[in-house]
Parts: sequence; C-alpha cells; structure tokens
Amino acid sequence: MRRRRRDRAAGTPRPVPASLSAGDTARTAFAGLRTRPGRVVLSALGIAIGIATMTAVLGVSASSRADLMRRLDALGTNLLTAEAGDTLFGGKARLPKESPGMVGRIPGVRDVGATGLLDVAVRRTGKVPEEETGGLSVRAATEGLPRTLRAGMRSGTWLNAANSRYPAVVLGSVAAQRLGVTSPGEQVWIEDRYFTVVGILDALPLAPEIERSALVGWDGAARLLGFDGHPTTIYERSAEDRVRDVAGLLAATINPRNPEEVRVGRPSDALAARAAAGDAFTSLLLGLGAVALLVGGVGVANTMIISVLERRHEIGLRRSLGATRGQIRVQFVMESLLLSALGGLAGAVLGVAATYAFALARGMPFALPPWSVGAGLGATLLIGTVAGLYPAIRAARLSPTLALHAA
Amino acid sequence: MIAETNGTARAGRAGAAVVELTGVTKRYPGGVAALEDVDLTIARGELVAIVGPSGSGKSTLLHIVGTLDLPSEGAVRIAGHDVAALADRELAALRARHLGFVFQSFHLSPGLSALDNVAEGLLYAGIPRGERRRRAAEALERVGLADRVTHRPHELSGGQRQRVAIARAVAGDPLLLLADEPTGALDTASGEAVVSLLRDLHAEGSTIAVITHDPEIAASFPRRVRLRDGRVVEDTANPAGRPDQAAPAGNSVREGAA
Ligand SMILES: Nc1ncnc2c1ncn2[C@@H]1O[C@H](COP(=O)(O)OP(=O)(O)OP(=O)(O)O)[C@@H](O)[C@H]1O
Ligand SMILES: [Mg+2]
Repeated sequence: MRRRRRDRAAGTPRPVPASLSAGDTARTAFAGLRTRPGRVVLSALGIAIGIATMTAVLGVSASSRADLMRRLDALGTNLLTAEAGDTLFGGKARLPKESPGMVGRIPGVRDVGATGLLDVAVRRTGKVPEEETGGLSVRAATEGLPRTLRAGMRSGTWLNAANSRYPAVVLGSVAAQRLGVTSPGEQVWIEDRYFTVVGILDALPLAPEIERSALVGWDGAARLLGFDGHPTTIYERSAEDRVRDVAGLLAATINPRNPEEVRVGRPSDALAARAAAGDAFTSLLLGLGAVALLVGGVGVANTMIISVLERRHEIGLRRSLGATRGQIRVQFVMESLLLSALGGLAGAVLGVAATYAFALARGMPFALPPWSVGAGLGATLLIGTVAGLYPAIRAARLSPTLALHAA
Repeated sequence: MIAETNGTARAGRAGAAVVELTGVTKRYPGGVAALEDVDLTIARGELVAIVGPSGSGKSTLLHIVGTLDLPSEGAVRIAGHDVAALADRELAALRARHLGFVFQSFHLSPGLSALDNVAEGLLYAGIPRGERRRRAAEALERVGLADRVTHRPHELSGGQRQRVAIARAVAGDPLLLLADEPTGALDTASGEAVVSLLRDLHAEGSTIAVITHDPEIAASFPRRVRLRDGRVVEDTANPAGRPDQAAPAGNSVREGAA
C-alpha cells in the first residue's frame, strides 16, 4: 500500500471514506442473501441441525434431570444407609448384631430396617444351574424394612410372624420379573429347597439392591439358610432436619470401637449425583451435534466462496461505487454471520420444540439450561465469522477491473 | 434543481482539469503494454469520445482514469489528487465522491428496484438512506424514468436498464462520468436515447468520457481521442498532437473491430 507524503503544496485534502451505518451494513448483507433463498436455506440447514441437536440433547437431559429431582423429592432425601465396609487389614468388616436396635435409639431416628446378604442363590427351580443367578441376591430382612424404605407391595404381603413359619420369600420388583414370578403363591428355589413367594415389592429407586433381591425373614434365614445374624446394610429414616446429625452419629453408634469400618451413605445423593453427571450417551449425542455444527460451518464457508466467485461483478461494481476493501470484507463476513445466525435461530427453535414435545410426551417438567441457548448463539456467531472470513478476504482482494470485465 | 445549482458551480470553475495524465504507461504481467506514454487532459465540462480498435487500450485508459487500476509509469491526477499518493481506501473515497461509472453490461442488482439500484450508487458516499432514495428518485427523473421507479431490472428494456445505470452514476453529481461502451449491448434506437441522455447531461455541465465503437456517435462528440496500440494517435482538442507518438501505419491491426 502506497502512502507517499503529499508533496504538492496546491493540496486538496485527502479523501476520507465514509463509514457505513450499522443499518446499511445489515441491509447490504441481507440483500445479498435475499436473492438466493434456496441456497440460503440449504446452507443454513447444517447449522440448524447442529444447533437443534445440541439444544434438544441438553434440553432432554435437563428435563430428565428435573424429573428425577422431582421424583427424589417425592421419595424423600431423609433416608440413610450404613454398610459394612472393609477392616484395616483388608478383610470384610461385620456390623454388630445388635446395631439395628442401637440405631433406633439415636435421637431423631424414626424407622430402622436391616438386611443381611446371604451367600446363596435364588433360582426359578432347582434344575437351573447355580451360577445363573441373573444378578439377583438373597437377603435376610427385618420386619421394619418396608416401612423404612416406604416400600409399597405390588401384590401379596410383607414377611410376618405368621407366614415366616414356612419357607417364605418376598421378591423385589426386578427379581420377580427376572424369575418370571407374577403373583404370590408361586415358588422359587433358594439354596436347597422351594420358598413360597408371599409378596412382590414395588419399584424402589432409592434402594435398587432391594429391587434385585429375594428377601427372607430374619429368623427364617437363620433357621433355613445359615444366616449368622450380622446385618450387612442398615436403613434408617429420620426427620428431615435431623439427617445431618444422625449421619454424624451413625458410624460410631453402630460400631463404637471401629467406626471407620462402617460406610454411611445417602442414596438420594448418589441418585442426584448420577443424574447431574449425565451419561455417556448424552455426551455422544452432544458430540454428534458439534460435528453437525462443524459440517454446517464448512457448508456456510463453501456457500460464501461460491457466492464470491459468482458475484465478482457486484464486487467490482461496489468498488467502482467507492466501497473500500474493508467494506467489502465486512459485507461478506456479515452475510456469513447472518446465514449462520439464521440457521442457529431455526435450530434453537427446533431444539426447544423437540425438548418440549419430549417432556410433554413423557410427562416430565420442561427444562433447558439458559446457558445452552447462549452457548448455541455464541457458537453460531463464531462459526459464521470464521466461515466468512476467508471468502470475505478473497472478495476484498479481487481486482475491481477484473471483477468488472464483461461477463 | 440540483443539476442547475451544480451546473452553476461547475461553470464557475470551468476549464479546471478534472483528469491529467502525463506519460502514463500500463504494462500487464507477461509484457503486454496496454498503454504507452499517454498524455491526456480533460477539463471540466468536456464531452470526450475515446475510440480505437479492439485491444488498443481504451478500457485500460478508462480504468486508470477511474482509479480502478494504477499505471506502471507516469502520473495521474484526478480532481486535483495525485493518485499515486493516495492509499487504496482513499482512492475508494475519491471514487465515491467524484467519479461515476457506466458499463456496457449495466451491472444492476437483479433483486433491487430501479430506485434502490440508483440509491446504491450513493451508499459509499456516506449519505443517509432517506436522502439517498430522494436523490435517486431525482436522478431517475433526470434520465426520464420517473415512471419506472419500482421496476426491477428484468422488467426494463436494455435501454432503460442502461439509463438506470446512468442515473446511478450521476446521482451523486460526480465531477467525472466514465462510460465504457454504454451502447455496446443496445440496439440503435436505445443506443441513440442513451447517447442523447449523455449529451443532455453534458449540456447541464457534466464532464463525461465515453468509449465507443460507433463512428457516428464519436463524430457527433465535441472531442475525440483515438488510441492505437496503447498510444494516443489523434486528439481533436490538440490537432497537432504529438506525431512522433503515432504508431507506424504498418503496425495498425484490427482497426474498427467489434
Ligand atoms: N488483466 C489483463 N492482463 C493482461 N493483459 C490485459 C489485461 N487487460 C487487458 N489486457 C490487454 O491490454 C490490451 C488493451 O486492453 P483493453 O481492454 O484496454 O482494450 P480495449 O481497447 O478496451 O478493447 P475493446 O474495444 O475490445 O474493449 C489488450 O491487448 C489486452 O489483451
Ligand atoms: Mg474495452
């Protein structure tokens, strides 16, 4: 670029280019798109699909999470568990036999239940090989367990003094399904004999291990299955405002000498954490959305390059009318931005609509993190700028005379 | 109205040089000398025809005068500005303020009405939109298309399109109007209408340089500059010319082509 000093004293002032108003800049960019509507729609489509995918994925997972939180609230967050952990020497620790009773005496504790995991298998019949446990376990259960877990009976009754005189068992919802048991009265094979199913539990989101268990009465388990009477998990429900205090006391109460061997947990926390973490599938879909977005950006860049080639005459004309290189550059970057913003907007609307439809169909609350809309818009603007930069620079570099050569 | 006031303004400074080329040479990569040692002065209010065979450098000359291209050698002064001393963006500003272009193929935007096409000519002069449209309407009236304001280019005849292009070029009242074969794509009748429009604009005070292949049109203009092989071989404003510059007769080729 030459910028020699003005040497003639006669000097007319150097001409200064006028800057375009924002309105004129936007109008010029918009006019460039308006004459090719079909191409605009097609090249904005890639961006739209990308943004729609990402918005919908974020929306659906946020809605699912909101739904889970709502259900968690209904289940209650005042349930604590205490499990036998590991001893200092790496062996399996045991909870004292009397610990459920002691937990019941902690101030604020309302209900206590316990289970003891048994090293036996439950099968449909004795002919099924023992290795095929189907991921099910057998546990001894105290009478207070269903009240503590707020577990409803899908059918039948819970274990009581009367039905525990015989080999009786209550199945968790998943266990019943896996064993093919649909109603009380049917029998399942545990260890070396048939147990009669007296009841089937409802789903228990806070205690999935119970859903996958066959539950035998505490005394029955000792009598028939060699249960040693040491609980492996204690469930406790307290007043909502005492949960923290109880949690602090639980380990020391259960095992005063080795409180570190007791693992205290809050199932609702685990559930909430899992919900918040989002799963791998969501990440995969987000990744797909990002790829679509990237491909959309490439599409926009491609469209802009073609547009610059086709519009050599227009560019030459604008240069002859007094457009500076900078103004040509801005025009094409703005066009690219507009194109990508159009796609982004359509995509966001589509994504929100899809989320809404999903939430409505599943009876979930509609939720969409506000930052996701902002991030989507930011991404489209960034992509629009990057995609438009190279074509715009090429447009600005075109020689005005070449651009004006008769078609 | 505007034309009259500007006409008076121009008349006051009539005679001042709008274009001053001295020793201008343009060589393209590959060694083709499209222009060689051209001296040309165009004063305010002149109507000049630039003629010559195809490839003689007419368009190149017009591009250099229009600051769309820079010479390889020589000095170019347009509207008092030394073109070599200006940066690219300053040249753009110079074009926006002082120059108007008309092309053989019109170069109108197909999506815009006649009015908006003309108004676009004022975009880079920094005039607000309302004022642009008002002046565009006036310019369309000047070229006799007041009743075609809302028409799109495809709804206009070739002659009308070229008149819209001329309106766009003169809407900003440029010091100099440059036209490269404005009648080249038109039939005789439309071409005559365009030429008589240019003559009217000249009568109102505009300075105009027109490239034409039509000998009749050229003959009817007050001044003719003839190029051959990149040199000025005839200039009716300076009949003595610079005979030493004339190319040897044996070298002249393709006279009167296209
Ligand atoms: N960009 C370029 N690169 C190389 N050579 C060029 C270029 N533009 C023009 N020329 C050459 O310069 C010479 C003059 O071209 P110019 O376009 O000025 O001719 P012209 O008089 O306008 O011709 P026509 O009447 O056909 O339009 C020609 O020989 C042409 O081939
Ligand atoms: Mg030419």
